[in-house]
Amino acid sequence: MSKPHGGKLINRLVKKESSDVAELPKLEINTDLSEDVLNISKGVFSPLEGFLYDNDLESVVKEKRLADDTPWTIPILLDFDKQDIKDLKEGDAVLLTNKENGVLAQLDIDEIYTYDKKTLAQAIYHTKDTDHPGVANVYNMKQLLIGGKITLLDCKIRQFDNYNLSPRETRFLFKEKGWREIVAFQTRNPPHIGHEYVQKTALTFVDGVLINPIIGRKKVGDFKDEVILSSYETLMKHYYLKERAVMSILRTSMKYAGPREAIHHAIMRKNFGCTHFIVGRDHAGVGNYYGPYDAHDIFSEFPDLGIIPVFFRSFSRCTKCDSVVNDKICPHDQKYHINFSGKKIRELLTNGEIPSEDMMRKEVAETILRFDKPFVE
Amino acid sequence: MTEEKEGKKYTTISIPTPLAEKIKKRIEGTGFNSLSSYVTYVLREVISGIEEESEEAFSKEDEEKVKDRLRALGYLD
Repeated sequence: MSKPHGGKLINRLVKKESSDVAELPKLEINTDLSEDVLNISKGVFSPLEGFLYDNDLESVVKEKRLADDTPWTIPILLDFDKQDIKDLKEGDAVLLTNKENGVLAQLDIDEIYTYDKKTLAQAIYHTKDTDHPGVANVYNMKQLLIGGKITLLDCKIRQFDNYNLSPRETRFLFKEKGWREIVAFQTRNPPHIGHEYVQKTALTFVDGVLINPIIGRKKVGDFKDEVILSSYETLMKHYYLKERAVMSILRTSMKYAGPREAIHHAIMRKNFGCTHFIVGRDHAGVGNYYGPYDAHDIFSEFPDLGIIPVFFRSFSRCTKCDSVVNDKICPHDQKYHINFSGKKIRELLTNGEIPSEDMMRKEVAETILRFDKPFVE
Repeated sequence: MTEEKEGKKYTTISIPTPLAEKIKKRIEGTGFNSLSSYVTYVLREVISGIEEESEEAFSKEDEEKVKDRLRALGYLD
């Protein structure tokens, strides 16, 4: 099993009486930041114990590392405006609250600092184009940043929590199962045959696979979270060995930062205990902002990452081989290849039709079609 | 000697000149643009392999709680 990133699995959940903190001023944060708070507290973002300090941010932007040289590529930041809380200063503490969850955590304000949005956007997203959703988010951020440690005060039960394991729990689970090498597969879609091929190919060389769907903010037209989970339940029930595959969700928002985000995704899976992480074509990309294999190439900058990337290029069904293939194993011309088109599968399902079994398992398609409205509206 | 370069601190380390010359030859035509970047890469790789994990103390009670939850959720039999 992988060591936690930075050597220590962070646990910032501390039981405090609500009366101990009732007097603290409140700072309301959005859902994405709430997920960051939970991920810091439970160790998903180990070794972070809070939101980044100025020197860490500068180092992440310039070096893709925290100030202590630990690999880190996506800054975890808490932005605010002066008018959010009057007279807020370094040394104070606030309660972070969220509309859905109420009081979440205590934040000790060690630093309040300014930052340059253009520099941040260019470094993380390789563009200043505001059509890029990540850049747009940066430009919508507030003017100041707070650096400081957080302490989780409350963790309410939420939807899908029966699939929400913390890194401590996945590590315990892997140990109980006797898995030493574990490959993680990230997904945001129900599985088609190509996904199954990738997972099983990787699984062949390790002890177990962690199927790790990202749950969170979605775009209109995306599959709903419950559809993704149900479709994987079905696939695993019919086509996976129970002792070789587990599914647990990861609540976080996609940044669409391509190569930098691929490293971030790998670090989170390392903290879950995984030793390998599957990286596909244009991982975490959007539009044409990144080259198809930039998210592969960036791994060569991190000999000290502590998790092994498993790279997959393109894969398709070859009618001549009569199997799923990739560009390293199939000698046949493109005319024999049928690509796994998410768009095509989506179109068929939208019309209530079951895609060909070359594309998607019948049981999986039937599971999806049992939902009245499988897509986000 | 420690120096600031674009906000990041760097320090100078002495290595034998013949070794430095060998490395310079070795990195020709690779992605490494300097002797320093190569040595940094190698040292990071070496150090990460020998770094200790600070083991979290898992009390018996914690262990049972985790086990119970994993059983209740169907992850463990």
